Amino acid sequence: MKSVLPILTVVAVIVALWYAAAVWMNAQWVYDQAARADTEVTLAEVIPQTLAQERPVLPAPHQVAAELWKSVVGQKVTSKRSLIYHGWITLSATLLGFAIGTGLGILLAVGIIHNRAMDLSVMPWAIASQTIPILAIAPMIIVVMNSVGLSGLLPKAVISAYLSFFPVVVGMVKGLRSPDAMQLDLLRTYNASRGETFWKLRLPASMPYLFASLKVGVAASLVGAIVGELPTGAVAGLGARLLSGSYYGQTVQIWAALFAAAIAAAALVGIIGAIQRVTLRRMGMAR
Amino acid sequence: MSWLVFAALFWIGALALNIWLSRSRLVKSRGGRLLVPAIFGITILVVWEAVVRGLEVPGVILPPPSAIGARIATSLPVLWVDFLQTFVKGALSGYLIGCAAAVLVAVAIDRSPFLQRGLLPVGNFVAALPIVGIAPILVMWFGFDWHSKAAVVVVMVFFPVLVNTVAGLAASEPMQRDLMATYSANYWQTLVKLRLPAAMPFIFNGLKIASTLALIGAIVAEFFGSPIRGMGFRISTEVGRLGLDMVWAEIAVAALAGSAFYGVIALIERGVTFWHPSQRT
Repeated sequence: MKSVLPILTVVAVIVALWYAAAVWMNAQWVYDQAARADTEVTLAEVIPQTLAQERPVLPAPHQVAAELWKSVVGQKVTSKRSLIYHGWITLSATLLGFAIGTGLGILLAVGIIHNRAMDLSVMPWAIASQTIPILAIAPMIIVVMNSVGLSGLLPKAVISAYLSFFPVVVGMVKGLRSPDAMQLDLLRTYNASRGETFWKLRLPASMPYLFASLKVGVAASLVGAIVGELPTGAVAGLGARLLSGSYYGQTVQIWAALFAAAIAAAALVGIIGAIQRVTLRRMGMAR
Repeated sequence: MSWLVFAALFWIGALALNIWLSRSRLVKSRGGRLLVPAIFGITILVVWEAVVRGLEVPGVILPPPSAIGARIATSLPVLWVDFLQTFVKGALSGYLIGCAAAVLVAVAIDRSPFLQRGLLPVGNFVAALPIVGIAPILVMWFGFDWHSKAAVVVVMVFFPVLVNTVAGLAASEPMQRDLMATYSANYWQTLVKLRLPAAMPFIFNGLKIASTLALIGAIVAEFFGSPIRGMGFRISTEVGRLGLDMVWAEIAVAALAGSAFYGVIALIERGVTFWHPSQRT
């Protein structure tokens, strides 16, 4: 709780800088309008105008907040103007993809630690694949899956799954290997089978690593779902809101969609963090 | 049909070879360690090629590796122009600016515990956000050329590097700092001679994370508008024209560039942090 005041200070400074930047960046338009109408504007007149434009270069925070409020609360949930509607489309693809990617990632990690040949052949590629901009294949997956008749949720979920897959594999392999030799020896003295060693030692020991990579994975999944919406021609979803906003110059709409995405990401990471705290405390591993 | 049988046989053969290799003594050597993943990679390429031919998958769904290779060979100039536009101009310049700014800011806020307590949670929070989303805004501000891509990259790499650098600056031990104090070293001497070197493993960790983000940012920003060159532009337009072999060629270039970029940073890290336990073998 000691850090609440510093955080609030930093946030306040950011908001203040934002307002200053909004005034500075939007002022040109106001001066242009005034010059066109052959009127002079004083600085005191300019500032309120810069903060209330229809399509500002940089919308002021309160405009974004108003747009968020309007499109979250002011619309019916099923309306195409509701950010909840768009957010849910993105979020469902994210969650489906995240579940698939995490499941496959854990399975592959289990295979890797139990099979030396698999470890040697797959692991270097799994690590190398983290240095590759995987997101670049997103448009291709969408279009190819469309041409074989799959559209809607699944292609986006595939991209999300792909992005969350590798962090989970790498983290989980590290976690399943984390029990040290002494603990493994103890289980051997108990005459534990490989299965028992896995369920009673390796899996519980891997939990902190699993949660750390889940947090990375869920954030990557959301990015994947948003980027996956870009090439489908802006139908629905937060990515589509970003794209249509950038086509029609609706800056306020872009910022509102951006904040909705940020809130969704923060909520997802927060939920996993909460599950992590509860789980680790129940397991007696809380720090 | 014969292609499919060939694929299955090749797969089984390579699998048996890898299992044998991983049990043999060869694995202990460096060459054996490289051999097993290499066989795995070649197997995937061969099986891909054979399955695509055997099932006669149309090229607009999945081109065989040979077609991709042929496309890379015939369109090297285009790929090179795209590489220059996206990687050198967009990603690399943004990466340098963003990382330099992050390290400088980290050193600046290092003197104030108050700022650290406030900025670190905010930085950690922002690092988890889908920052790629600001791409349309920055494309609007800085125009379609590489400046907007560099700007996206700056924002994307800033927070991971900042958070890691601040953590790194706190890494030197009190005993070591006391030693510097007994030498009557002033703040800057302590910073340059003790705390920055001690922070290097952390900084390089951030730099490595940022190297991947930089390329992603530059490519995705091009989906929102770009001049008629660049990897992201080529990918999105060729996907529209169903020229999937070109898309795969660009992806191959992106993968190579990403791994090489990461490798270069890892090499520099090995040179700079030679004293760290993880680098001593």
